[in-house]
Amino acid sequence: MSTVNGPTLQPDPQAEQDELNRESQRPRGGAVSRWNTLSRPAQWGILLPVVILAYAAPALNLPILSTETGGGGGTNWNINLFQMSYYALIAVGLNVVVGYAGLLDLGYVAFFAVGSYVAAMFTSPDSPFFKIPYLWTLPLAMAVTMFFGVLLGVPTLRLRGDYLAIVTLGFGEIIRLLATIIPAVKGQVGFQNVGRPPGSIIGEDGVARPLFSASNGAPWYWLTITIIIVVLLLVGNLERSRVGRAWVAIREDEDAAEIMGVPVFKFKVWAFAIGAAVGGLTGALAGGQVGFVNNQSFTVQQSILFLAAVVLGGAGNKVGAIIGGALVAYIPNRFTAIADYKYLIFGVALVVLMIFRSGGILAARQKLLAFSRKAYSFLRQSPGSASDRQRSEVKR
Amino acid sequence: MLDLVLQAVPMDDSWINLDFTAFVQGFWSNTFGGLTYGAVYGLIALGYTLVYGVLNLINFAHSEVFISGVYAVVFTLTGLGFNGDAPNLALPALIGDILLALLAGMIASAVVAFLVERVAYRTLRRRNPPRLVYLITAIGVSFTIQYLFFLWRGAQPEPSVILLPTVPVFDIFGGLVYNFQIVIIVAAIVTMIAVDQFIRRSRTGRGIRAVAQDPDTATLMGVNRERIIVITFIIGGLVAGVGAIAWIMLVPQGAQYNGGFILGVKAFAAAVLGGIGNVRGALLGGLLIGLIGNYGQTLLGASEWSDVVAFVVLVVVLIVRPTGILGQSMGRSRA
Repeated sequence: MSTVNGPTLQPDPQAEQDELNRESQRPRGGAVSRWNTLSRPAQWGILLPVVILAYAAPALNLPILSTETGGGGGTNWNINLFQMSYYALIAVGLNVVVGYAGLLDLGYVAFFAVGSYVAAMFTSPDSPFFKIPYLWTLPLAMAVTMFFGVLLGVPTLRLRGDYLAIVTLGFGEIIRLLATIIPAVKGQVGFQNVGRPPGSIIGEDGVARPLFSASNGAPWYWLTITIIIVVLLLVGNLERSRVGRAWVAIREDEDAAEIMGVPVFKFKVWAFAIGAAVGGLTGALAGGQVGFVNNQSFTVQQSILFLAAVVLGGAGNKVGAIIGGALVAYIPNRFTAIADYKYLIFGVALVVLMIFRSGGILAARQKLLAFSRKAYSFLRQSPGSASDRQRSEVKR
Repeated sequence: MLDLVLQAVPMDDSWINLDFTAFVQGFWSNTFGGLTYGAVYGLIALGYTLVYGVLNLINFAHSEVFISGVYAVVFTLTGLGFNGDAPNLALPALIGDILLALLAGMIASAVVAFLVERVAYRTLRRRNPPRLVYLITAIGVSFTIQYLFFLWRGAQPEPSVILLPTVPVFDIFGGLVYNFQIVIIVAAIVTMIAVDQFIRRSRTGRGIRAVAQDPDTATLMGVNRERIIVITFIIGGLVAGVGAIAWIMLVPQGAQYNGGFILGVKAFAAAVLGGIGNVRGALLGGLLIGLIGNYGQTLLGASEWSDVVAFVVLVVVLIVRPTGILGQSMGRSRA
């Protein structure tokens, strides 16, 4: 039995049969496969309105959607949108680690924290370092967190996957502790006036104010979704490339992948480093928007929320990750009555989802990914039982 | 370019200080303090090690199993009239009360461990999911229980409960050894020996070893796998209950909703250091983590360093010797 399988102690023919039944009962030609048969321009044609809608979201502050409870209460709609977008971005990053490569990272907030601190320490006047423009801290944050990702990944990724879970869980907490006890990173005092992108706007009173400010969420939101689109393009390309196929192979059966010649360790480190880089990028964005970075917001609970976002949307599915991330940020903002219970709710959601629908809202069907569209169109077109047999072979 | 790097890393002492004077002065008292903490880590580590040995699963919820025991101990002791002042009781009454609290802690932890196994892991096992699903469920269960405690008791720790009047018993090279330290270390060693002997000698223990070694063959040989798994969880819970009262003896204010979390990571580090799946390794690893953590925090000057040092030890062990000091041997040890 492969070590990648869960701790089940004996093969369960009933479960396998159930799996087969489920497989055969799945509606053929559902929305996902119809989507996959469309040509690339047609896909873009459908996506364009979605993207435009996303950019127009600050204007969509409808009463039923709004997170503002009136009388200045609640969360400002644009700030809420920014929070949704950065949760979505972080879910896309974590999805590379958890969803594609099947590595459980329970300390993702650490990378987020490192990214925030990079942005803060190189732009805030409170820090003794030399200063660089804020936008340059975004790639710098990615590079630094990538370094941390490799540093953490190299010793642990050689071992079985579950050690990574506990090491990252510890790492998430350690980064927070280090931020508290190392004098140079200023613990709870933190860094004020973190930099912001250039640009200013003339207010109604004729005074020029910075376009990107802590109270104005919309520019930050637009910046973040632009970054999300770029990251999605890059990640999507990776997913369809040799790297993506290697990740899926590792996730499905590490031993088999190794035997088939996939450099397992190398690709695991890559997944981990790329995930870390996106986490750092998001941290730099969030630190910039809030304008203040200290050690208080990088808790383990945040890591679990990020994980919940990925799992909720469907691990391994980048669209699902975006939806999951947006929901995890939106639900506590919209329904303030349950905001106090959000950790409990998402904790229970994790367990219930894992037990009853481990695929999440949008389950990934990536067993076919390795063959991508060619296999899809081939299987859909070739007639008769031969295609059924091939299909089942490919799926197994 | 080099100039920029030098500017980026200010070369003053604002990063890390090493305080060798404090380290040398407090060496012996640190040693005993570290061993005491280590004994508690060892008791918690045992639960991780047993479940890992049998199921190959990191039971993240074990830290909450432990903290349930801590709450039970605190509630029992508060009910018996203990508070933040040292108790003024006759010795037999004191021992009776402590045993009662110990029993409450053990039962609470065992019940929570049992429930976690029944509700989450057993349901999951029937579905034969990939390993990732188990780990996510485990962290979800841990998180859920943690926040149930948070909603019930709030963010503040429970008022402190002092079990024993602190009396120095003897000193070694100027380091005082206190009564509670001796009680905790002895309790940990006795518990460890009991569990070790149970697993080595009893029929159930043989079942546990068999399942750890080869679950399929064990099932074929007539071992009731599900029963063995439940028993393993319950033993882990009972030992965590012992750890709970030891923890309260050590840290009177130790009952907090997320108090188990970092302890859990350290205990897991201890289990890996000793060799995961190895009962004796759990105590050895715990004692070492306790010692290293205590030395580290004196040397570096803040109590949080103890956690950081333990984590670094975990990573170093994983690089240098992933099987731990004593090796992963639950299945292989002979009766």
